[in-house]
Amino acid sequence: MIELLLPSLLAGLCLSCLTGPLGTFVVWRRMSYFGDTLSHAALLGVAFGFLLNINLFYAIILVTLFLAIGLLWLESQKQLPVDTLLGILAHSALSLGLVVISLMSNLRIDLMAYLFGDLLSITMFDVYQITVCVMIIGSLLIWRWNHFLFITVSEELAFSHGINVPLTKFMLTILLALTIGIAMKFVGALIITALLIIPAATAKYYAKNPESMAIIAILIGMLSILGGILFSLIYDTPTGPSVVLSNTCLFFISLFISKFFIRTKN
Amino acid sequence: MKQLMALNNISIEINKQKILYDVSLSINLNQIITILGPNGAGKSTLVKVILGLISPTTGTIKRASDLTIGYVPQSINLNQTLPITVERFMHLNKQLSYDDIIKTLSLVNAEYLIDRSMHQLSGGELQRVLLAQALAKRPKLLILDEPTQGVDVNGQVLLYDLIMDAKTEFNCGVVMVSHDLHLVMAKTDEVICLNHHICCSGTPASVSNDPEFISLFGQHGASQIALYKHHHNHNHDFCQHQHNHQHQKMILPDLGHNND
Repeated sequence: MIELLLPSLLAGLCLSCLTGPLGTFVVWRRMSYFGDTLSHAALLGVAFGFLLNINLFYAIILVTLFLAIGLLWLESQKQLPVDTLLGILAHSALSLGLVVISLMSNLRIDLMAYLFGDLLSITMFDVYQITVCVMIIGSLLIWRWNHFLFITVSEELAFSHGINVPLTKFMLTILLALTIGIAMKFVGALIITALLIIPAATAKYYAKNPESMAIIAILIGMLSILGGILFSLIYDTPTGPSVVLSNTCLFFISLFISKFFIRTKN
Repeated sequence: MKQLMALNNISIEINKQKILYDVSLSINLNQIITILGPNGAGKSTLVKVILGLISPTTGTIKRASDLTIGYVPQSINLNQTLPITVERFMHLNKQLSYDDIIKTLSLVNAEYLIDRSMHQLSGGELQRVLLAQALAKRPKLLILDEPTQGVDVNGQVLLYDLIMDAKTEFNCGVVMVSHDLHLVMAKTDEVICLNHHICCSGTPASVSNDPEFISLFGQHGASQIALYKHHHNHNHDFCQHQHNHQHQKMILPDLGHNND
Protein backbone atom coordinates (compact mmCIF):
# COMPACT_ATOMS: atom_id res chain seq x y z
CA MET A 1 0.00 0.00 0.00
CA ILE A 2 2.77 2.40 0.89
CA GLU A 3 4.41 1.84 -2.52
CA LEU A 4 1.20 2.91 -4.18
CA LEU A 5 0.91 6.04 -2.06
CA LEU A 6 4.52 7.05 -1.79
CA PRO A 7 4.89 8.79 -5.20
CA SER A 8 1.75 10.88 -4.80
CA LEU A 9 2.69 11.77 -1.26
CA LEU A 10 6.19 12.82 -2.33
CA ALA A 11 4.85 14.80 -5.27
CA GLY A 12 2.32 16.56 -3.05
CA LEU A 13 4.87 17.44 -0.38
CA CYS A 14 7.28 18.65 -3.02
CA LEU A 15 4.65 20.85 -4.69
CA SER A 16 3.75 22.32 -1.30
CA CYS A 17 7.23 23.82 -1.15
CA LEU A 18 6.23 25.97 -4.14
CA THR A 19 2.51 26.51 -3.64
CA GLY A 20 3.19 27.76 -0.09
CA PRO A 21 5.36 30.79 -0.88
CA LEU A 22 3.78 31.49 -4.28
CA GLY A 23 0.37 31.24 -2.64
CA THR A 24 1.35 33.99 -0.22
CA PHE A 25 2.02 36.23 -3.21
CA VAL A 26 -1.31 35.26 -4.74
CA VAL A 27 -2.99 36.35 -1.51
CA TRP A 28 -0.93 39.51 -1.00
CA ARG A 29 -1.25 40.68 -4.58
CA ARG A 30 -4.91 39.62 -4.94
CA MET A 31 -4.10 37.34 -7.83
CA SER A 32 -6.50 34.51 -7.01
CA TYR A 33 -8.56 35.13 -10.12
CA PHE A 34 -5.33 35.08 -12.04
CA GLY A 35 -4.59 31.62 -10.67
CA ASP A 36 -8.06 30.48 -11.71
CA THR A 37 -7.57 31.76 -15.23
CA LEU A 38 -4.26 30.05 -15.64
CA SER A 39 -5.52 26.75 -14.30
CA HIS A 40 -8.59 26.84 -16.52
CA ALA A 41 -6.33 27.57 -19.43
CA ALA A 42 -4.29 24.56 -18.48
CA LEU A 43 -7.23 22.45 -19.62
CA LEU A 44 -6.75 24.00 -23.03
CA GLY A 45 -3.21 22.70 -22.78
CA VAL A 46 -4.54 19.20 -22.26
CA ALA A 47 -6.71 19.53 -25.37
CA PHE A 48 -3.83 20.79 -27.50
CA GLY A 49 -1.56 18.11 -26.09
CA PHE A 50 -3.91 15.43 -27.38
CA LEU A 51 -4.62 17.27 -30.63
CA LEU A 52 -0.98 17.76 -31.58
CA ASN A 53 0.11 14.57 -29.90
CA ILE A 54 2.76 16.09 -27.67
CA ASN A 55 3.59 15.32 -24.07
CA LEU A 56 0.78 16.72 -21.88
CA PHE A 57 3.18 17.98 -19.26
CA TYR A 58 4.88 20.29 -21.76
CA ALA A 59 1.66 21.20 -23.54
CA ILE A 60 0.12 22.44 -20.29
CA ILE A 61 3.20 24.41 -19.33
CA LEU A 62 3.43 25.97 -22.79
CA VAL A 63 -0.21 27.04 -22.82
CA THR A 64 -0.11 28.53 -19.32
CA LEU A 65 3.10 30.41 -20.14
CA PHE A 66 1.62 31.70 -23.36
CA LEU A 67 -1.52 32.83 -21.56
CA ALA A 68 0.41 34.48 -18.73
CA ILE A 69 2.34 36.56 -21.23
CA GLY A 70 -0.88 37.41 -23.09
CA LEU A 71 -2.51 38.49 -19.84
CA LEU A 72 0.39 40.73 -18.91
CA TRP A 73 0.20 42.33 -22.33
CA LEU A 74 -3.57 42.87 -22.17
CA GLU A 75 -3.22 44.29 -18.67
CA SER A 76 -0.65 46.80 -19.89
CA GLN A 77 -3.10 48.01 -22.55
CA LYS A 78 -5.47 49.24 -19.81
CA GLN A 79 -8.56 48.83 -22.00
CA LEU A 80 -10.60 46.75 -19.55
CA PRO A 81 -10.37 46.14 -15.81
CA VAL A 82 -8.13 43.18 -15.05
CA ASP A 83 -10.80 41.05 -13.38
CA THR A 84 -13.06 41.41 -16.41
CA LEU A 85 -10.24 40.39 -18.72
CA LEU A 86 -9.45 37.41 -16.54
CA GLY A 87 -13.09 36.38 -16.47
CA ILE A 88 -13.28 36.48 -20.25
CA LEU A 89 -10.06 34.57 -20.73
CA ALA A 90 -10.65 31.97 -18.01
CA HIS A 91 -13.98 30.77 -19.27
CA SER A 92 -13.10 31.08 -22.94
CA ALA A 93 -10.01 28.97 -22.42
CA LEU A 94 -11.92 26.40 -20.41
CA SER A 95 -14.71 26.21 -23.00
CA LEU A 96 -12.31 26.07 -25.92
CA GLY A 97 -10.48 23.23 -24.19
CA LEU A 98 -13.70 21.29 -23.66
CA VAL A 99 -14.94 21.88 -27.23
CA VAL A 100 -11.63 20.84 -28.79
CA ILE A 101 -11.59 17.68 -26.69
CA SER A 102 -15.16 16.78 -27.67
CA LEU A 103 -14.40 17.36 -31.35
CA MET A 104 -11.72 14.69 -31.26
CA SER A 105 -14.32 11.93 -31.50
CA ASN A 106 -11.77 9.14 -31.61
CA LEU A 107 -10.65 10.07 -28.14
CA ARG A 108 -12.18 9.28 -24.79
CA ILE A 109 -10.57 11.29 -22.02
CA ASP A 110 -11.47 11.13 -18.38
CA LEU A 111 -12.08 14.86 -17.93
CA MET A 112 -12.64 14.43 -14.23
CA ALA A 113 -8.98 13.56 -13.85
CA TYR A 114 -7.95 16.90 -15.32
CA LEU A 115 -10.53 18.95 -13.53
CA PHE A 116 -9.99 17.41 -10.13
CA GLY A 117 -6.59 15.81 -10.60
CA ASP A 118 -5.45 12.30 -10.00
CA LEU A 119 -2.85 12.34 -7.28
CA LEU A 120 -2.83 8.57 -7.01
CA SER A 121 -1.84 8.01 -10.64
CA ILE A 122 1.54 9.60 -10.09
CA THR A 123 4.57 7.47 -10.89
CA MET A 124 8.08 7.70 -9.51
CA PHE A 125 9.16 9.25 -12.83
CA ASP A 126 6.63 12.05 -12.32
CA VAL A 127 8.09 12.63 -8.89
CA TYR A 128 11.57 13.14 -10.35
CA GLN A 129 10.16 15.50 -12.93
CA ILE A 130 8.34 17.50 -10.28
CA THR A 131 11.37 17.59 -7.99
CA VAL A 132 13.59 19.03 -10.71
CA CYS A 133 10.98 21.66 -11.64
CA VAL A 134 10.38 22.59 -8.00
CA MET A 135 14.10 22.99 -7.42
CA ILE A 136 14.52 25.27 -10.43
CA ILE A 137 11.46 27.42 -9.72
CA GLY A 138 12.21 27.42 -6.00
CA SER A 139 15.73 28.73 -6.44
CA LEU A 140 14.53 31.48 -8.78
CA LEU A 141 11.94 32.39 -6.18
CA ILE A 142 14.50 32.56 -3.38
CA TRP A 143 16.93 34.50 -5.58
CA ARG A 144 14.39 37.20 -6.36
CA TRP A 145 12.34 36.94 -3.16
CA ASN A 146 13.18 40.41 -1.86
CA HIS A 147 12.38 42.01 -5.22
CA PHE A 148 9.02 40.24 -5.38
CA LEU A 149 8.25 41.34 -1.84
CA PHE A 150 9.33 44.90 -2.54
CA ILE A 151 7.01 45.36 -5.55
CA THR A 152 4.21 43.80 -3.48
CA VAL A 153 4.68 46.33 -0.68
CA SER A 154 4.85 49.27 -3.07
CA GLU A 155 5.73 49.38 -6.73
CA GLU A 156 6.66 53.05 -6.56
CA LEU A 157 9.01 52.52 -3.63
CA ALA A 158 10.55 49.51 -5.33
CA PHE A 159 11.15 51.62 -8.42
CA SER A 160 12.75 54.38 -6.36
CA HIS A 161 15.15 51.73 -5.06
CA GLY A 162 16.22 50.86 -8.58
CA ILE A 163 14.14 47.70 -9.07
CA ASN A 164 12.90 46.98 -12.58
CA VAL A 165 9.21 46.67 -11.70
CA PRO A 166 7.76 45.33 -14.99
CA LEU A 167 10.49 42.70 -15.26
CA THR A 168 10.03 41.60 -11.65
CA LYS A 169 6.26 41.39 -12.12
CA PHE A 170 6.78 39.38 -15.29
CA MET A 171 9.11 36.96 -13.51
CA LEU A 172 6.68 36.42 -10.66
CA THR A 173 3.84 35.77 -13.09
CA ILE A 174 5.93 33.30 -15.06
CA LEU A 175 6.94 31.42 -11.90
CA LEU A 176 3.28 31.25 -10.89
CA ALA A 177 2.26 30.05 -14.36
CA LEU A 178 4.94 27.36 -14.32
CA THR A 179 3.88 26.16 -10.88
CA ILE A 180 0.25 25.96 -11.93
CA GLY A 181 1.26 24.13 -15.09
CA ILE A 182 3.23 21.56 -13.13
CA ALA A 183 0.68 21.10 -10.36
CA MET A 184 -2.31 20.94 -12.71
CA LYS A 185 -1.68 17.34 -13.74
CA PHE A 186 -1.81 16.18 -10.15
CA VAL A 187 -4.35 18.29 -8.36
CA GLY A 188 -6.49 19.36 -11.30
CA ALA A 189 -7.59 22.62 -12.86
CA LEU A 190 -10.34 23.42 -10.39
CA ILE A 191 -8.36 22.80 -7.25
CA ILE A 192 -4.93 24.31 -7.82
CA THR A 193 -6.04 27.82 -6.79
CA ALA A 194 -7.31 26.42 -3.51
CA LEU A 195 -3.92 24.85 -2.86
CA LEU A 196 -2.29 28.22 -3.45
CA ILE A 197 -4.65 30.32 -1.40
CA ILE A 198 -5.83 28.30 1.58
CA PRO A 199 -2.42 27.46 3.12
CA ALA A 200 -1.33 31.08 2.70
CA ALA A 201 -4.55 32.41 4.19
CA THR A 202 -4.17 30.00 7.11
CA ALA A 203 -0.53 30.93 7.68
CA LYS A 204 -1.50 34.57 7.97
CA TYR A 205 -2.89 33.88 11.45
CA TYR A 206 0.48 32.73 12.77
CA ALA A 207 2.99 34.92 10.94
CA LYS A 208 4.60 38.19 11.93
CA ASN A 209 6.78 38.56 8.86
CA PRO A 210 6.44 37.65 5.17
CA GLU A 211 9.09 34.95 5.34
CA SER A 212 7.53 33.19 8.31
CA MET A 213 4.17 33.33 6.54
CA ALA A 214 5.67 31.58 3.50
CA ILE A 215 7.31 28.85 5.62
CA ILE A 216 4.18 28.26 7.68
CA ALA A 217 2.19 28.07 4.44
CA ILE A 218 4.53 25.32 3.24
CA LEU A 219 4.04 23.35 6.46
CA ILE A 220 0.27 23.77 6.37
CA GLY A 221 0.23 22.71 2.71
CA MET A 222 2.22 19.58 3.59
CA LEU A 223 -0.02 18.78 6.52
CA SER A 224 -3.14 19.01 4.41
CA ILE A 225 -1.61 16.88 1.64
CA LEU A 226 -0.84 14.26 4.24
CA GLY A 227 -4.27 14.45 5.83
CA GLY A 228 -6.10 14.54 2.49
CA ILE A 229 -4.31 11.52 1.03
CA LEU A 230 -4.85 9.48 4.18
CA PHE A 231 -8.53 10.41 4.24
CA SER A 232 -9.03 9.53 0.59
CA LEU A 233 -7.25 6.23 1.18
CA ILE A 234 -9.37 5.24 4.15
CA TYR A 235 -12.76 6.43 2.89
CA ASP A 236 -12.08 6.01 -0.83
CA THR A 237 -12.84 9.64 -1.69
CA PRO A 238 -11.30 11.60 -4.60
CA THR A 239 -7.85 12.74 -3.53
CA GLY A 240 -7.75 16.36 -4.78
CA PRO A 241 -10.97 17.46 -3.07
CA SER A 242 -9.97 15.59 0.08
CA VAL A 243 -6.71 17.54 0.20
CA VAL A 244 -8.58 20.81 -0.27
CA LEU A 245 -11.04 19.90 2.49
CA SER A 246 -8.34 19.01 4.98
CA ASN A 247 -6.83 22.36 4.10
CA THR A 248 -10.14 24.07 4.79
CA CYS A 249 -10.36 22.37 8.17
CA LEU A 250 -6.92 23.72 9.11
CA PHE A 251 -8.03 27.16 7.98
CA PHE A 252 -11.11 27.21 10.21
CA ILE A 253 -9.21 25.77 13.16
CA SER A 254 -6.69 28.61 12.78
CA LEU A 255 -9.47 31.13 12.51
CA PHE A 256 -10.87 29.98 15.84
CA ILE A 257 -7.44 29.84 17.47
CA SER A 258 -6.71 33.39 16.36
CA LYS A 259 -10.05 34.62 17.70
CA PHE A 260 -9.23 32.91 20.97
CA PHE A 261 -5.77 34.47 21.14
CA ILE A 262 -7.01 37.94 20.33
CA ARG A 263 -9.51 37.67 23.16
CA THR A 264 -6.88 36.62 25.70
CA LYS A 265 -4.56 39.40 24.53
CA ASN A 266 -7.10 42.07 25.30
CA MET B 1 24.22 76.12 -6.19
CA LYS B 2 24.62 72.69 -7.73
CA GLN B 3 21.88 71.66 -10.09
CA LEU B 4 20.45 68.21 -9.43
CA MET B 5 17.91 68.00 -12.20
CA ALA B 6 16.54 70.10 -15.00
CA LEU B 7 13.19 69.52 -16.71
CA ASN B 8 12.86 71.19 -20.08
CA ASN B 9 9.44 71.77 -21.62
CA ILE B 10 8.02 68.51 -20.35
CA SER B 11 4.62 67.40 -21.52
CA ILE B 12 2.75 64.25 -20.59
CA GLU B 13 -0.13 62.76 -22.50
CA ILE B 14 -2.00 59.75 -21.16
CA ASN B 15 -4.80 58.32 -23.29
CA LYS B 16 -4.69 61.42 -25.48
CA GLN B 17 -5.32 63.61 -22.46
CA LYS B 18 -2.83 66.31 -21.67
CA ILE B 19 -1.85 65.90 -18.04
CA LEU B 20 1.10 68.27 -18.12
CA TYR B 21 2.45 70.68 -20.69
CA ASP B 22 5.33 73.13 -20.97
CA VAL B 23 6.74 72.31 -17.59
CA SER B 24 10.27 73.55 -17.09
CA LEU B 25 11.89 73.34 -13.74
CA SER B 26 15.31 73.30 -12.19
CA ILE B 27 16.00 71.46 -8.93
CA ASN B 28 19.06 72.47 -6.98
CA LEU B 29 20.97 71.14 -4.02
CA ASN B 30 19.94 72.64 -0.70
CA GLN B 31 16.77 74.10 -2.12
CA ILE B 32 13.20 73.35 -1.11
CA ILE B 33 10.59 73.40 -3.84
CA THR B 34 6.93 73.10 -2.94
CA ILE B 35 4.41 72.12 -5.59
CA LEU B 36 0.88 73.42 -5.10
CA GLY B 37 -2.17 72.88 -7.19
CA PRO B 38 -5.82 71.88 -7.20
CA ASN B 39 -6.88 68.22 -7.32
CA GLY B 40 -6.17 66.62 -10.66
CA ALA B 41 -3.66 69.30 -11.60
CA GLY B 42 -0.99 66.72 -12.35
CA LYS B 43 1.06 67.15 -9.18
CA SER B 44 1.57 63.45 -8.56
CA THR B 45 2.30 62.96 -12.24
CA LEU B 46 4.99 65.61 -12.07
CA VAL B 47 6.47 63.85 -9.03
CA LYS B 48 6.52 60.59 -10.97
CA VAL B 49 8.27 62.31 -13.85
CA ILE B 50 10.92 63.68 -11.50
CA LEU B 51 11.29 60.19 -10.00
CA GLY B 52 11.67 58.72 -13.47
CA LEU B 53 8.61 56.49 -13.09
CA ILE B 54 6.90 58.14 -16.07
CA SER B 55 8.83 59.28 -19.09
CA PRO B 56 7.64 62.50 -20.68
CA THR B 57 5.82 62.45 -24.03
CA THR B 58 7.93 65.38 -25.18
CA GLY B 59 10.67 67.40 -23.55
CA THR B 60 13.93 66.44 -21.94
CA ILE B 61 15.16 65.72 -18.44
CA LYS B 62 18.74 66.18 -17.36
CA ARG B 63 19.83 64.49 -14.15
CA ALA B 64 23.08 64.88 -12.26
CA SER B 65 25.08 61.70 -12.84
CA ASP B 66 25.43 60.73 -9.18
CA LEU B 67 21.87 61.56 -8.18
CA THR B 68 20.39 59.43 -5.37
CA ILE B 69 16.70 59.99 -4.91
CA GLY B 70 14.80 59.27 -1.72
CA TYR B 71 11.05 59.01 -2.24
CA VAL B 72 8.22 59.30 0.27
CA PRO B 73 4.93 58.29 -1.37
CA GLN B 74 1.51 59.64 -0.36
CA SER B 75 0.94 56.40 1.48
CA ILE B 76 1.48 52.76 0.79
CA ASN B 77 -1.40 50.49 0.06
CA LEU B 78 -0.28 47.56 2.17
CA ASN B 79 -2.47 44.49 1.85
CA GLN B 80 -3.96 43.45 5.20
CA THR B 81 -2.88 39.86 4.61
CA LEU B 82 0.80 40.80 4.33
CA PRO B 83 2.32 40.66 7.80
CA ILE B 84 5.40 42.84 8.03
CA THR B 85 7.22 44.59 10.85
CA VAL B 86 8.87 47.99 10.56
CA GLU B 87 12.27 46.29 10.75
CA ARG B 88 11.47 43.96 7.85
CA PHE B 89 10.05 46.87 5.87
CA MET B 90 13.25 48.86 6.33
CA HIS B 91 15.21 45.73 5.45
CA LEU B 92 13.60 45.61 2.01
CA ASN B 93 16.65 47.73 1.29
CA LYS B 94 19.13 44.87 1.53
CA GLN B 95 22.13 47.12 2.05
CA LEU B 96 21.03 48.14 5.53
CA SER B 97 22.32 46.36 8.62
CA TYR B 98 20.29 46.23 11.83
CA ASP B 99 22.37 49.11 13.19
CA ASP B 100 21.75 51.20 10.09
CA ILE B 101 18.02 50.64 10.50
CA ILE B 102 18.07 51.73 14.14
CA LYS B 103 20.15 54.77 13.24
CA THR B 104 17.88 55.83 10.40
CA LEU B 105 14.73 55.30 12.44
CA SER B 106 16.14 57.42 15.24
CA LEU B 107 16.61 60.25 12.73
CA VAL B 108 12.82 60.45 12.59
CA ASN B 109 12.25 59.57 16.27
CA ALA B 110 10.81 56.21 15.31
CA GLU B 111 13.30 53.70 16.70
CA TYR B 112 10.73 52.56 19.26
CA LEU B 113 8.55 51.33 16.38
CA ILE B 114 11.06 48.80 15.09
CA ASP B 115 9.21 45.64 16.21
CA ARG B 116 5.76 47.01 15.50
CA SER B 117 3.65 45.67 12.66
CA MET B 118 3.32 48.14 9.78
CA HIS B 119 -0.45 47.70 10.05
CA GLN B 120 -0.55 49.05 13.59
CA LEU B 121 1.12 52.37 12.87
CA SER B 122 -0.79 55.63 13.07
CA GLY B 123 -0.77 57.93 10.06
CA GLY B 124 2.04 60.02 11.48
CA GLU B 125 4.13 57.00 12.46
CA LEU B 126 3.74 55.44 9.04
CA GLN B 127 4.85 58.63 7.32
CA ARG B 128 7.89 58.86 9.59
CA VAL B 129 8.84 55.28 8.76
CA LEU B 130 8.40 56.05 5.05
CA LEU B 131 10.63 59.09 5.51
CA ALA B 132 13.23 56.94 7.26
CA GLN B 133 13.11 54.51 4.37
CA ALA B 134 13.89 57.36 1.98
CA LEU B 135 16.64 58.79 4.18
CA ALA B 136 18.34 55.40 4.53
CA LYS B 137 19.61 55.85 0.99
CA ARG B 138 21.40 59.06 1.99
CA PRO B 139 19.61 60.90 -0.80
CA LYS B 140 20.81 63.96 -2.68
CA LEU B 141 17.22 64.67 -3.57
CA LEU B 142 14.25 63.99 -1.34
CA ILE B 143 10.85 63.79 -3.02
CA LEU B 144 7.67 63.82 -0.95
CA ASP B 145 4.16 63.49 -2.32
CA GLU B 146 1.72 64.98 0.19
CA PRO B 147 3.63 63.57 3.15
CA THR B 148 1.08 64.66 5.76
CA GLN B 149 -2.06 62.97 4.46
CA GLY B 150 -3.88 61.39 7.39
CA VAL B 151 -1.57 62.99 9.96
CA ASP B 152 -2.91 65.16 12.79
CA VAL B 153 -1.79 68.78 13.21
CA ASN B 154 0.93 68.12 15.78
CA GLY B 155 2.17 65.26 13.66
CA GLN B 156 2.27 67.56 10.63
CA VAL B 157 4.43 70.11 12.42
CA LEU B 158 6.72 67.33 13.63
CA LEU B 159 6.95 65.80 10.17
CA TYR B 160 7.91 69.06 8.47
CA ASP B 161 10.40 69.64 11.25
CA LEU B 162 11.97 66.27 10.54
CA ILE B 163 12.08 66.97 6.82
CA MET B 164 13.93 70.21 7.48
CA ASP B 165 16.34 68.41 9.83
CA ALA B 166 16.95 65.82 7.15
CA LYS B 167 17.65 68.52 4.62
CA THR B 168 20.29 69.99 6.90
CA GLU B 169 21.69 66.57 7.78
CA PHE B 170 22.03 65.27 4.25
CA ASN B 171 22.49 68.57 2.46
CA CYS B 172 19.96 67.50 -0.11
CA GLY B 173 17.42 69.18 -2.33
CA VAL B 174 13.75 68.72 -1.42
CA VAL B 175 10.74 68.61 -3.74
CA MET B 176 7.38 68.22 -2.10
CA VAL B 177 3.72 68.33 -2.96
CA SER B 178 1.83 69.91 -0.10
CA HIS B 179 -1.45 71.54 0.76
CA ASP B 180 -0.31 72.69 4.17
CA LEU B 181 0.48 76.20 3.01
CA HIS B 182 0.65 77.67 6.47
CA LEU B 183 3.22 75.11 7.62
CA VAL B 184 5.32 74.83 4.51
CA MET B 185 5.63 78.31 3.12
CA ALA B 186 8.05 79.57 5.75
CA LYS B 187 10.56 76.94 4.79
CA THR B 188 10.08 76.94 1.06
CA ASP B 189 12.55 78.56 -1.30
CA GLU B 190 10.42 78.21 -4.36
CA VAL B 191 6.71 77.63 -4.84
CA ILE B 192 5.45 76.09 -8.03
CA CYS B 193 1.81 76.55 -8.67
CA LEU B 194 0.67 73.81 -11.00
CA ASN B 195 -2.50 73.37 -12.99
CA HIS B 196 -1.44 71.16 -15.91
CA HIS B 197 1.18 73.78 -16.59
CA ILE B 198 3.17 76.03 -14.28
CA CYS B 199 0.79 78.93 -13.61
CA CYS B 200 3.28 80.84 -11.58
CA SER B 201 6.39 80.18 -9.61
CA GLY B 202 8.83 81.99 -7.42
CA THR B 203 9.34 82.81 -3.79
CA PRO B 204 6.31 82.38 -1.53
CA ALA B 205 6.02 86.17 -1.19
CA SER B 206 5.94 86.84 -4.91
CA VAL B 207 3.55 83.97 -5.65
CA SER B 208 0.98 85.08 -3.11
CA ASN B 209 0.56 88.35 -5.02
CA ASP B 210 0.24 86.66 -8.37
CA PRO B 211 -3.29 87.02 -9.78
CA GLU B 212 -3.12 83.51 -11.24
CA PHE B 213 -2.41 82.12 -7.81
CA ILE B 214 -5.30 84.00 -6.27
CA SER B 215 -7.67 82.85 -9.01
CA LEU B 216 -6.64 79.21 -8.40
CA PHE B 217 -6.65 79.15 -4.64
CA GLY B 218 -8.92 82.04 -3.88
CA GLN B 219 -8.33 84.62 -1.26
CA HIS B 220 -8.13 81.94 1.42
CA GLY B 221 -5.02 80.32 -0.05
CA ALA B 222 -3.40 83.64 -0.68
CA SER B 223 -4.11 84.75 2.86
CA GLN B 224 -2.46 81.61 4.17
CA ILE B 225 0.72 82.63 2.42
CA ALA B 226 0.14 86.20 3.48
CA LEU B 227 -0.09 84.93 7.02
CA TYR B 228 3.40 83.65 6.62
CA LYS B 229 4.51 86.99 5.24
CA HIS B 230 3.04 88.66 8.25
CA HIS B 231 4.97 86.37 10.57
CA HIS B 232 8.06 86.96 8.63
CA ASN B 233 7.82 90.72 8.65
CA HIS B 234 7.01 90.63 12.25
CA ASN B 235 10.12 88.70 13.14
CA HIS B 236 12.70 90.52 11.09
CA ASP B 237 11.80 92.80 8.30
CA PHE B 238 15.27 93.57 7.03
CA CYS B 239 15.85 90.73 4.61
CA GLN B 240 13.67 88.38 2.66
CA HIS B 241 15.58 85.51 1.21
CA GLN B 242 19.22 85.43 2.06
CA HIS B 243 18.83 83.70 5.39
CA ASN B 244 16.44 80.87 4.80
CA HIS B 245 17.82 78.80 7.62
CA GLN B 246 17.15 81.55 10.01
CA HIS B 247 13.55 81.89 9.32
CA GLN B 248 13.04 78.16 9.50
CA LYS B 249 14.28 78.27 13.03
CA MET B 250 12.35 81.40 13.82
CA ILE B 251 9.06 80.15 12.55
CA LEU B 252 8.97 76.66 14.06
CA PRO B 253 8.95 77.54 17.76
CA ASP B 254 6.32 80.06 16.85
CA LEU B 255 4.09 77.37 15.45
CA GLY B 256 4.58 75.16 18.45
CA HIS B 257 3.59 78.06 20.55
CA ASN B 258 0.44 78.67 18.58
CA ASN B 259 -0.64 75.08 19.08
CA ASP B 260 -0.41 75.37 22.82
